[in-house]
Amino acid sequence: MEKKSLFWKEHFWRGLITCCGLFVIVLTLAIGAFLVYKGSGTFTKYGHSIFEFLFSSKWSPADNSTGGGSVGAAVYIVGSLSTCGLALLIATPFSLAAAIFMTEISPKLGNKFFRPAVELFVGIPSVIYGWVGLTTLVPAIKKVFHLNMGYSVLAAGIVLAVMIFPSITTVAADAIKSVPIDYRKAAYGLGATRWQVIYQIVLPAAKPGIFTGIIMGLARAFGEALAVAMVIGKMRSFPKSILSPTTNLTSAIASDMGGAMEGGEYNTALWTMALLLFLISLLFIFIIHRIVAQKGEEKDGNK
Amino acid sequence: METNKKAKQIDRIMTAVFVTVAGFFLLLLAGIALLVIGRGIAGFEPYMLSFSRKGIGNQLFNTIYLVFLSLLVSVPLGIATGVYLAEYAKPGKLTNFLGICIETLSSLPSIVVGLFGYLVFIVMVGAKWNLASGALAVSILNLPLIATTTKDAMLSMPKGYRMGSMGLGATHWQTIKRVLLPACMPRILTGIILAAGRVFGEAAALLYTAGMSTDINWNNWDLTSPTCPLNPFRPGETLALHIWASRTEAIGADSVQIANFSSAVLLILVFAFSIGARVLGRRMERKIGGK
Amino acid sequence: MESKFEVSKLNLHYGQFHALKDVSLSILPHEVTALIGPSGCGKSTFLKTLNRMNDLEEGVTIDGKVTLDGRDIFRDMDAISLRQRVGMVFQQPNPFPKSIYENVAYGPKLQGIRSKVKLDEIVENALKGAAIWDEVKDRLKKNAMGLSGGQQQRLCIARALAAGPDVLLMDEPTSALDPISTSKIEDLCAQLKKDYTIVMVTHNMQQAARISDKTAFFLLGEVVEYGDTDQMFSMPKDKRTEDYITGRFG
Repeated sequence: MEKKSLFWKEHFWRGLITCCGLFVIVLTLAIGAFLVYKGSGTFTKYGHSIFEFLFSSKWSPADNSTGGGSVGAAVYIVGSLSTCGLALLIATPFSLAAAIFMTEISPKLGNKFFRPAVELFVGIPSVIYGWVGLTTLVPAIKKVFHLNMGYSVLAAGIVLAVMIFPSITTVAADAIKSVPIDYRKAAYGLGATRWQVIYQIVLPAAKPGIFTGIIMGLARAFGEALAVAMVIGKMRSFPKSILSPTTNLTSAIASDMGGAMEGGEYNTALWTMALLLFLISLLFIFIIHRIVAQKGEEKDGNK
Repeated sequence: METNKKAKQIDRIMTAVFVTVAGFFLLLLAGIALLVIGRGIAGFEPYMLSFSRKGIGNQLFNTIYLVFLSLLVSVPLGIATGVYLAEYAKPGKLTNFLGICIETLSSLPSIVVGLFGYLVFIVMVGAKWNLASGALAVSILNLPLIATTTKDAMLSMPKGYRMGSMGLGATHWQTIKRVLLPACMPRILTGIILAAGRVFGEAAALLYTAGMSTDINWNNWDLTSPTCPLNPFRPGETLALHIWASRTEAIGADSVQIANFSSAVLLILVFAFSIGARVLGRRMERKIGGK
Repeated sequence: MESKFEVSKLNLHYGQFHALKDVSLSILPHEVTALIGPSGCGKSTFLKTLNRMNDLEEGVTIDGKVTLDGRDIFRDMDAISLRQRVGMVFQQPNPFPKSIYENVAYGPKLQGIRSKVKLDEIVENALKGAAIWDEVKDRLKKNAMGLSGGQQQRLCIARALAAGPDVLLMDEPTSALDPISTSKIEDLCAQLKKDYTIVMVTHNMQQAARISDKTAFFLLGEVVEYGDTDQMFSMPKDKRTEDYITGRFG
């Protein structure tokens, strides 16, 4: 009798837990399906071309379900690309240098003090970064460059850079740390200086991991909404320089979704933007997988 | 010899560069923290702490309540998913796919999750902004973190634990429940606390789910009433959203001070959770390690 | 014969731990000197002192004097140029995750050699010197990780040779290898000593007896006995040496 109940219990829990696992798959597929369903409306229901959405800068979707407006999101896309690109440009060298410091130059200080501090900052909410950017960085940029207002690609780039800085640093530091100590010994044994060991041996060996960190930072920057929306200026025109305001995909969704009529052309166009963000994040995952797979191959010496 | 001299010189320069960057980095981070907290304290007025329209007491309560609600969903589901991956899943296409799903979820932009939540929990249900749908939306965001922490913790357990328990005639589930999960608890708990810390600061996913207004009557304990603090189906603006709102819809004259103070409170909360997770994790690890 | 290394009253501490005690010995050029002794006796530490790899570890303090061709390696030389003259081969084969060619060319490149012709020549000579040229000449651009363990170790020897040292330090170079690869490396040592001075740590008594000219027996940080290998293995002077060689401990 007791055996039977044990057996039953085993099956019950196994079933329940398996269901939970399957539910996560269903959930992910559901999110993907809804995004595709809602986002494709721009092209199916309202008959716009993908080309128009990606490359036209004429954005005036109708806020009703008859359509007839135009849905060129190029300004938003360029805004996202330029701010993230700038953020990466700023954050990457700094993150790498910080990662090298905490692993190669002063591992003792790095482990005890530096790494915990950096990890603490990974968790700071993005609204706080946005708020600090809005109240200190934006006025500062305005003053330094004598502008009418400080909202700019530069402000957004710097805020994003500070945000992704800790993430890239921790991932890069892990990658550097996992380079076998043997490589370092061999290079030192041949009479290399520390910088030569870092630059010629450690960094190349840690490259896949470092790239993974950069892509992860980029993914975070791309998906960030509110912090950017606070400092970018939300001006619907291509940025003339890094000092001019513009807008991007996430801030469009964040600020316009609430007002747009459900199912209307405007609303649908915003969903298409969300779909685009989703596809980009899938692309980033794909790239990371490729990097990891390549690294595996190299290890086996098949290259 | 000339080459060596040059190499050594470059080595020294680069070392200086790294030390400088690292120092700058620390200064910057410390500067941001001090700025946020300092400004919060500087503009502080006692009324800001009140549980009224003017203060942020209600927002603070909403934030904590929302974290609680979201963990109610994401903790069981996340742990179960982690256990499934570590213990029951057979290597194959389905398991790989589940792994990719978790990765996809974890890298979803939170605004996209917010949209999904808006569509499913608000529009399709026909509801108004409410805490429960906000909690569900952020559950999607922290589910992957809890699932992967659980899976990693279970896979890192020594084989002997499993063998020992099974060897005594325990079933697989008994082994998981009595031996593996308790042993993994420190790490899982750390993961949960980190996930909670993330929810504190989440705003984009809540914009169109939990809503940007709050109206609480602290004398109303009728759970079905829209002003009852514990009613999960009432709108509930969180601290992070409040900061966002005070920028876009600067209403009162003191909205800047309020936002400064909110930022400081939020930052301290997040730091406390993050440090707490670290300390707790280490302490429990030590206890289990028998030291 | 003028000695290559002259070590006198060398003491080394890891923090509080006294790892080498008053070690004095001279290592002659064009000989293979074997360092034997039980684990933790200080033989590897001693080896690492000869090209100052110990500098990289924390809490190490050294006093005493070590000269290479009459020059004090701690006072008259810097670690970088010392290591270029005193190459090292490690216990685990540790090629860089680069091509075979790049591995060997690494040392010369560090020394500022850029000419492709010159590098090609150095790489070829080094690989020939390490008796691995015939096996890899057709795949110099392939990743070194694809080689077998024994080949990797000979590649590491070639890499050390390419840097143009006159001394080779080997830290149990065959302990991770199969018997066939081991005998290849032993043969190689016999050839290399014509041009180089070799100091080798080994756990394997037979190996020491087979290939070395001199042997130093380390115990608890001290050199118990040092002399001609033949002499030492046939009639050791010290009781402890005899016990160790005959396998009574260690």
